[in-house]
Amino acid sequence: MNILKFITAGSVDDGKSTLIGRLLYDTNSILDDQLEAIQKANRKNDDGTVDLAILTDGLKAEREQGITIDVAYKYFQTEARKFIIADAPGHIQYTRNMVTGASNSDLIIVLIDARKGVIEQTKRHSFIAKLLSLRKVLVCVNKMDMVDYSASVFETIKSDYQLLADRLGIKDVDFVPVSALKGDNIVYSSDRMGWYKGPTLLTYLETVTWEEEVSNAWRLPVQWVIRPQSADLPDYRGYAGRVIGDGLTVGEEVVVLPSGVRSRVQAIEFDQKDLLYAVDGQSIVLHLTDDVDVSRGDFISSATKVSRSERSFEANVSWFENRPLDTNQVYILQNQTQVTKVKVLEVLYRYDVHSQDKVYDGGIGLNDIGRILVKAADEVVFDLNNELAANARAILIDPRNNLTVGALTIEGIG
Amino acid sequence: MDYLDHLEAEAIYILREVAGQFENPALLFSGGKDSITLVHLAKKAFKPGKFPFPLVHIDTGHNFPETIVFRDWLVEQVGERLIVGSVQESIDQGRVLESIGKNASRNALQTVTLLDTIAAYGFDACIGGARRDEEKARAKERVFSVRDEFGQWDPKRQRPELWNIFNGKINKGENVRVFPISNWTELDVWNYIKREGIALPSIYFSHSRDVVWRNGQWMASADCLQVDADDRVERRAVRFRTVGDMTCTAAVDSHAVELDDIIAEIKASTVSERGARMDDKVSEAAMEERKKQGYF
Repeated sequence: MNILKFITAGSVDDGKSTLIGRLLYDTNSILDDQLEAIQKANRKNDDGTVDLAILTDGLKAEREQGITIDVAYKYFQTEARKFIIADAPGHIQYTRNMVTGASNSDLIIVLIDARKGVIEQTKRHSFIAKLLSLRKVLVCVNKMDMVDYSASVFETIKSDYQLLADRLGIKDVDFVPVSALKGDNIVYSSDRMGWYKGPTLLTYLETVTWEEEVSNAWRLPVQWVIRPQSADLPDYRGYAGRVIGDGLTVGEEVVVLPSGVRSRVQAIEFDQKDLLYAVDGQSIVLHLTDDVDVSRGDFISSATKVSRSERSFEANVSWFENRPLDTNQVYILQNQTQVTKVKVLEVLYRYDVHSQDKVYDGGIGLNDIGRILVKAADEVVFDLNNELAANARAILIDPRNNLTVGALTIEGIG
Repeated sequence: MDYLDHLEAEAIYILREVAGQFENPALLFSGGKDSITLVHLAKKAFKPGKFPFPLVHIDTGHNFPETIVFRDWLVEQVGERLIVGSVQESIDQGRVLESIGKNASRNALQTVTLLDTIAAYGFDACIGGARRDEEKARAKERVFSVRDEFGQWDPKRQRPELWNIFNGKINKGENVRVFPISNWTELDVWNYIKREGIALPSIYFSHSRDVVWRNGQWMASADCLQVDADDRVERRAVRFRTVGDMTCTAAVDSHAVELDDIIAEIKASTVSERGARMDDKVSEAAMEERKKQGYF
């Protein structure tokens, strides 16, 4: 069994929270006392059924206003998979919350209201999914009950969306027609849409796969150096971290970055037992053959395909703060375990999130997405987003208040 | 890696980020299965080195005796430091007022002792075993959750948390609560405990005990629980699904003596884990309100 992490994007009006509520309800993931609490809250749909949306709105302010403000994480499990749902608000003023949810997801469910078709919001959500390199896009055409379960409505939306996907360069798209309110094609196949031969939403989520990129390169960002300095282990020195990429094996040559010092893997350890190799995502302890200077913030990289170590780079940025990006301000860049002072030399452009066109007015403000040129005080260790995405990510912190103000994916050398 | 390996690797990564990013962290240890799991994960993250943090227990004085025995055994076994913050002391010093009556509980008082302990030792990060599946306010909380200098959580001003990059930078007076098993469910924890052979306090397993019928649930009969002559007291085979204070944790009828029995019981259960917590039943937003005050 493995884990599928997915995000649902769409506004309350699209029935996003209802869709998640339905998925949880029909997989028996909602327990009696939780249902009791919902019934107590006394929020009903027009037809008198319990409003499932209330399941995901965890904050008092959200329940009062009937909107989703922040990402909520929901969990359920079937025989096939464990699922982690990032339920993110869809409105433009919460773009930062959507980016947060999407950054931890493999797949995005883009919800489209069958009555409205592809709208600006659909474009914006799909654009973010593309920028964050999500593996799969699933379009759920919802509220099919409101369009008489019409096959032609579904087909029209499908071809409209396909055009958008082609324009944005999104390759992997699938479509399911559903009614979250009535439960059609969520967990149970719909009798009312006999024309649809594909899987239900749940079956899709249980079975969807994608081609894993095999990187043939690995990096270990060092988090912590284990040095017991005890009587029985006076010389023990292990580098603790979580492996990015594949191929780490005992005996191979490595490069420590940014210093550039070379050494070899003496041992790979987990839970005080030796391993012959380690895989992507594993938290391990690494030992090198030489007594070299390695500390938190350094990267140990495979020598066959070495990570980049540069002082300037180009990145896509997603901005989270009211105070706009300031090219005179020193920010703190955090990429994996490395922390460096940086300046944004130039805003190359920003995207109009409605049209996805580039806008050259030099500014990046709250909820904007754009392209910047960054200059760092020291060498920054990274890979490009199209080479090894997991090592092309960073956040910007404003040192004046320590807030996370931006998310970066590194796209090129400056 | 299967799904438990994935959850484990993520939790270890988060624990190491705490070690790397903070000067003076602590692991909040309640004696419950989730914090016991955290100790197990910390061993995997840092051994053969020492833990880069002490274990901190906020002792309400109303704990199950079995939990305290287990706590002391575990601390001895891992060879790490234990700091105990005492709610009784907070009461004796007049920092908090003991509530009285039939439904009296020290649950809310813990927050003061917790914040006092954090201040006294100057902890900048406190690791906790909370999970997002437990409760809907927790479902909204970040892995690195910043608290202001009054210990308060502001759900509307949470920092964006991107990928696996955790921003542990804080302003003076603030501290961070860190939840490494945020993405685990109750069932995940039990499956992991079984796979790893993690020892637990005996009260998680079925045992015979005097229990009092109170507000629709069975509570353990104990000195700290006011029992009147007309209260229904019975001896029953029970276990505890979640372990907090004796005054706020209800027992469930159970014959589960093995981990497999417990896992089967949870899979078949139609009530959530926190359904047995009186502290959550106060109101729809009980957890959110307590977290805003500085609760775990």
